[in-house]
Amino acid sequence: MALQALSPDYEKHIEYRDAEKNFHGNRVVYVHWEEHLSYCAPLAFPLPPDMPFGAFVEAIIKGHYNAHPDFEKIDWDRVEWMIDGLKTKPDLGKSLADNGVGHKSLVRFWTPGLSGYKNSAS
Amino acid sequence: MAVKKLGLKQRYAHMTRGLDWETTYQPMDKVFPYDKFEGIKIKDWSAWEDPFRLTMDAYWKFQAEKERKLYAVLDAFAQSNGQTKISDGRYVNALKLFLTGVSPLEYQAHRGFAWAGRHLRGVGPRVASQMQSLDELRHFQTQAHTISQYNKYFDGIAEFRHMHDRVWYLSVPKSFFDDARSAGPFEYMIAVGFSFEYVLTNLLFVPFMSGAAYNGDMSTVTFGFSAQSDESRHMTLGIEVIKFLLEQHPDNLPIVQKWVDKWFWRGHKVLGLVGMMMDYMLPKKVMSWREAWDIYFVEAGGSLFQDLARYGLRPPKYSDVATAEADHVSHQIWATFYQYCHAAAFHTWIPDREHMDWLSEKYPTTFDKYYRPRWEMWAEMEKQGKRFYNMALPQLCQTCQVPMLYTEPGNPETICFRHSKFKGDTYHFCSDGCKDVFDGEPEKYVQAWLPVHQIYQGACGGPTVPDVLAYYRMNVGADNMDYVGSPDEKLWMSWQAGAVKAAE
Repeated sequence: MALQALSPDYEKHIEYRDAEKNFHGNRVVYVHWEEHLSYCAPLAFPLPPDMPFGAFVEAIIKGHYNAHPDFEKIDWDRVEWMIDGLKTKPDLGKSLADNGVGHKSLVRFWTPGLSGYKNSAS
Repeated sequence: MAVKKLGLKQRYAHMTRGLDWETTYQPMDKVFPYDKFEGIKIKDWSAWEDPFRLTMDAYWKFQAEKERKLYAVLDAFAQSNGQTKISDGRYVNALKLFLTGVSPLEYQAHRGFAWAGRHLRGVGPRVASQMQSLDELRHFQTQAHTISQYNKYFDGIAEFRHMHDRVWYLSVPKSFFDDARSAGPFEYMIAVGFSFEYVLTNLLFVPFMSGAAYNGDMSTVTFGFSAQSDESRHMTLGIEVIKFLLEQHPDNLPIVQKWVDKWFWRGHKVLGLVGMMMDYMLPKKVMSWREAWDIYFVEAGGSLFQDLARYGLRPPKYSDVATAEADHVSHQIWATFYQYCHAAAFHTWIPDREHMDWLSEKYPTTFDKYYRPRWEMWAEMEKQGKRFYNMALPQLCQTCQVPMLYTEPGNPETICFRHSKFKGDTYHFCSDGCKDVFDGEPEKYVQAWLPVHQIYQGACGGPTVPDVLAYYRMNVGADNMDYVGSPDEKLWMSWQAGAVKAAE
């Protein structure tokens, strides 16, 4: 749809506020543990694109979801991953970028057999 | 010679009409540069009917009288230590939410109507906007004065104005008004005058004001009564503006419909905070959010849109989705504040058994299945000394700025994810409604100030939680965290103990 604005050169003045260059070398990455909604929403992190996916799992994901009673029961080899809507098997040794994680990418994961406190998705 | 007295209608006409002129030094389009670019076509500004016929001198007299009465009640409340007679210390948290989240919107509305009044070239809407602008300024002032009594005793109130512009969850109501005020004057009138003041206002004021009444807060109730006559005038302006636009030209209909859809959805997202307040924060409950939604939106809104159907206007898009969400939002949002209470300027708590039973009764299809287990799990964790705090920042919706906590329509076990691409970047949304708003004007919403991203860009005082809380001017350990163990609770308990002692 055509832009409707008072000034004819409005587009020149747009501030793309969350452009990747504003994050000091990091990319914003969102991560969400499915069927565990006691974490009310996906989490957001500023991460270097060359961070190995394995380090992302160890430091970021495990570091922030470990409060949940299901956490101890996760079989990490069976975790199912989805990056930006595509089911995928990330290479833990490769970087986030090489695994297709871009700026403002969404990483969702499922833990088969675990669906929250008393299977309530909480 | 006897002076002939003017009738009310004549007097109103003399005081408000025919006072301006066709400009000659500058073309009229330069004097009123904002009222054409939105595409709204007005053939005859004089067709604007003003049912109130209020002149400024009458307005002044009437409002002064009301405020004299209000301030007399506030004085009496202070002198009798009314703050000690509320239902429970927890109640004050509803006032904190109101003062930080809603009162600054009154000020925004004051600015918005002053601006719309200046830039609409018809005298009818200009006069009405001027009155409403003054109302909103008075409401901001009187709310601040009413709640200031509580500020002498309770935490989380003092920095409300500073917080409104900075604190993460307050960007939800703030961005609503920033969005409206950076639109053209007609969109502003539909956004605030119609969608907010007419369609949704009862869902904001009735819960807070009846909440005050049920919980012994006589000062806030009195403010509510005092504002009531203004609110009915605002509603009349809202309905007048939409009828006027739709009657002026058939080309206005699609534009107005798009605004009605957008602002209903934006308003619905802001009102989630009110739902949480009703269902979780009031020690003495008025009604559930579900019940309020059914009365004030489904029934009242339904007949309103039936009435407007003759203009070709249909009910807002996704109102069915919003109605279904009323069974979930209050639980989802209070759960969010529970886990982020270290970064909130009011206190949270886990609902006790009696409260949960009330929620089961009010939400028979959802509470026991989806939300009771969440509270029971957290209560268990608390007992084990592992009170749950979410220590990472949440992903936010690009449009409404609420954390991405809403679930898929029809599936409360899965987060609703939507996204759009614009100029190579991805933008995330909590709902189809928010995605549509973005897709309608991506150039506007790519500029949104999302608190989480701003923190990561280094714009909010520093990288650590204490840095950000200092930037919010949050008094850590007093303003935030659980009610249990807070200075507020301690104070309330000491008042209760004093009352017991005095009774002995």
